Amino acid sequence: MQRIGVFVCWCGSNIAATVDVQAVAEAMKREPGVVYAANYQYMCSEGGQKLISDAIHEYNLTGVVICSCSPRMHEATFRKTAQRAGLNPYMVEIANIREHCSWIHKDKAEATEKAIILARTAVAKVQLNAPLTPGESPVTKRALVIGGGIAGIQTALDIADAGFEVDIVEKTPTIGGRMAQLDKTFPTLDCAACILTPKMVDAAQNEKIDLLTYSEVESVSGFVGNFTVKIRKKARYVDSTKCTGCGACTEKCPSRKGLNEFNMGLNTRGAIYIPFAQAIPNVATIDPTQCLKLKSGKCGLCEKICSAKAIDYTQKDEIIERQYGAIVAATGFKPIDASKYDEYGYSDNPDVVTSLEFERLMNAAGPNKGVLLRPSDKQHPHDIVFIQCVGSRCDDHRGKSYCSKICCMYTAKHAMLVREKYPDTNVHVFYIDVRTPGKNFDEFYRRAVEQYGVEYIKGMVGKVWKNGDKLMVQGSDLLNGEQLLLETDMVVLATAIEPDPSARSVATMLTASMDTNDFFTEAHAKLRPVESPTAGVFLSGTCQGPKDVPETVAQASAAASKVIGLLSKDKMITNPCVAQSNELLCNGCSTCERVCPYGAITYVDKEVRGPEVRGVKRVAQVNPAVCQGCGACTVSCPSGAMDLKGFTNREIMAEVDAICK
Amino acid sequence: MLNVAREKLASGEVKRVLGWEKGEFWYDLTPAFFETEESLNGFVYNGFSGANLSKYLIKARDWEGKTLVFLKPCDTLSFNQLLTEHRIDREKVYVVGAGCKGMLDYNKMKKLGIRKEADVTDRQAVLLGKCLACKGKTFYAFDEVIDDEEAQKPIEVEDRFNEVKKIEALSPEERFAFWRSQLSKCIRCNACRNVCPACSCVKCVFDNPNSGVASKANPDDFEENLFHIIRAFHVAGRCTDCGECSRVCPQGIPLHLLNRKFIKDIDELYGDYQAGLEPGSRAPLVNFDKNDPDPKIVMERGENA
Repeated sequence: MQRIGVFVCWCGSNIAATVDVQAVAEAMKREPGVVYAANYQYMCSEGGQKLISDAIHEYNLTGVVICSCSPRMHEATFRKTAQRAGLNPYMVEIANIREHCSWIHKDKAEATEKAIILARTAVAKVQLNAPLTPGESPVTKRALVIGGGIAGIQTALDIADAGFEVDIVEKTPTIGGRMAQLDKTFPTLDCAACILTPKMVDAAQNEKIDLLTYSEVESVSGFVGNFTVKIRKKARYVDSTKCTGCGACTEKCPSRKGLNEFNMGLNTRGAIYIPFAQAIPNVATIDPTQCLKLKSGKCGLCEKICSAKAIDYTQKDEIIERQYGAIVAATGFKPIDASKYDEYGYSDNPDVVTSLEFERLMNAAGPNKGVLLRPSDKQHPHDIVFIQCVGSRCDDHRGKSYCSKICCMYTAKHAMLVREKYPDTNVHVFYIDVRTPGKNFDEFYRRAVEQYGVEYIKGMVGKVWKNGDKLMVQGSDLLNGEQLLLETDMVVLATAIEPDPSARSVATMLTASMDTNDFFTEAHAKLRPVESPTAGVFLSGTCQGPKDVPETVAQASAAASKVIGLLSKDKMITNPCVAQSNELLCNGCSTCERVCPYGAITYVDKEVRGPEVRGVKRVAQVNPAVCQGCGACTVSCPSGAMDLKGFTNREIMAEVDAICK
Repeated sequence: MLNVAREKLASGEVKRVLGWEKGEFWYDLTPAFFETEESLNGFVYNGFSGANLSKYLIKARDWEGKTLVFLKPCDTLSFNQLLTEHRIDREKVYVVGAGCKGMLDYNKMKKLGIRKEADVTDRQAVLLGKCLACKGKTFYAFDEVIDDEEAQKPIEVEDRFNEVKKIEALSPEERFAFWRSQLSKCIRCNACRNVCPACSCVKCVFDNPNSGVASKANPDDFEENLFHIIRAFHVAGRCTDCGECSRVCPQGIPLHLLNRKFIKDIDELYGDYQAGLEPGSRAPLVNFDKNDPDPKIVMERGENA
């Protein structure tokens, strides 16, 4: 029988206001095995920790239960306390009576009852706990950044600057991401290309950085300090070591139907293409869905004109495998599909465009070389209506409940740029609220209104339809309490942003968690904002939530500093809560090997002797240095041969029994 | 079939033959190992050879020499599934595919007053429940096939998920009542577990005192209900839908419906999947694929239920 001490924390009034902490401590005194129970105002404070270590000595405790906040918060703290007092740290269990109890209940009697049940559950588990000893594993001093936008580039540059090797995997043919598509950036209006492209060049020229463009992560195994990643380098059908980026092939290519992704499909490109002039690497890529030679075997024009002999129609996807100590997700965002909002006529009218499309229309490298023309008839628009919050702060199933954060500012920017370049163009902006928190942001918006004469109308638009060569916009002006009917030449939709669709499979491979909107979740919203709850996985940029460029860069550097901190270590302490196979029960069926996300399980033929079992058997073996204790094997094992130290089936059943008692 | 078995035994190529022999009643054939040519006189293969022999090969793996086994088309799926799970050694088995016209249900025959297989005129009317969901006449594993035209004729089958759909359409209360009444009949004879080719654990969790589910006092007959639900979870994604569980249940519980519900869900979520189609295949439940449905689907289905 264990000698257990129970320590109930008030957490100031956080717990004590809703849970009768005295009653919880008293109730625990009656539990089998409990020899001491106390409550204290702040158990995590020095005084609280002293109370615990004194009790361990005085009562010869063999196990400790702390009733306090989430183990994510202070489990490590209390384990250290126990260790200093001579107890194995894994003999400490936390009953979470704050997040699971006081914070979610109002009724004190109910909350107290639940707190007692949770405490009893932890006591039941400690009864079965066994001391565990952690091991050590080496750290691979190389980082992987998934995504080559401004976030990924900045993270990689900072990691490389600290002297560590870093690879960027980018799924498109060039790095640069969404920022490369932008025209000007708020609130200073410097051109996006002017500030981004030098960083792209830095990344390409840095000896520590390896750019793997037109590549995707295929699989991830291993764990913090020791990830093994398979990367698919998609076939470009162009030898990138030979291609000089002269562009002759892209001009001569007879296939002209492929939509130009870089220009948001506003114009077309050849089957062989370089996304934009400053692309890095500056090499051509063949789109196999468009190329006549690859589809029908006829053509081969690019091969004939390429003086560098770089075209290779036989190229195949290549899978490379590399080891990393840390992985950074920088998968970015995309605007939502505006066709879901057909009251704005996006699908039917080419002159209704999204903000990112408008960005390309205004850009000097865009489809109209920077001259603002309506897509339908290439005429100069004299009236433009901007509609904000298209799909943001939207409660229906079509949109996002969150604020996309950047739309107020880029709409002000667009409006200002239009008024500056084309003073004869009238600009109206429909808005719900104008949100401008940020350095020099409100000043920027005020300038659009006061100096540039942009007409802001508080209210939403109900409908947009075509009337001759004009567009009609019906909306409400809430400040004047009237319905408006505006005739305009163009409508620009400030569409919400959402995580890039590739993020979901990346998160699954990384076993990193996501929220309901598919943004990556932080380890702690306030205190660990650039770390994923999965050890060794870090978050950079908009994959974690909507952000503008300066915030993205700040977070990218923060993620880099976390990676550098990890890679600076030579050894990691490994988690002793790993799986273990009971060879007597093992069927050798390989199910656990298949579900193990870390590749920690292998099978061997082994002489096994025990009751009812005798002879050579195929059995599972766990590599404790690779196992992360996720427990997938234990639940998939049909015979229950797999068990997780620190979370054994017996311990969990004991907890369930304690709850149901 | 007997000739092949005799030849192989005589030549010493196989050490034993796994087939069927007469059980307590003439219509009650039971699996048997034959080690000598004389013993083969007891070998029977007819409309009552419904038993799926693949599971018996697990024992034979540890014995010396090769075993010749007769497998009907649907039995070969179980055979492949056991190969996938490394429970049998392909090198130590000689598979003879046995042509199958559909196996007979003696209870159905008795009701119609038929006392001999030879007297059956409308075979469809007296087929075993599992044969009404016949998965076709293809052998998915064999070294040799003994088949004839008669046996290759397809059996008329209706959508095997019809019964599952009916139960799905019930309200949660009605569904609960249905399963409660069915599973309450269980006498825990373990026949379903013992016959199931997917239930092949060295030691079943229900027999393991450390598992936390065995050897507990039954608060009521609901313990038996949970036995079947846990069993269905354990074989999910591995069950080939061979139907043996329902065939052997002395209480007539339609246990195969639990497994079929899992198969239907797996098919709907991950695309059609038949366990045991080829050895070594990765079942959707133990595989990750970028096209897998979003985990959110579980929540959405729950909300829509």
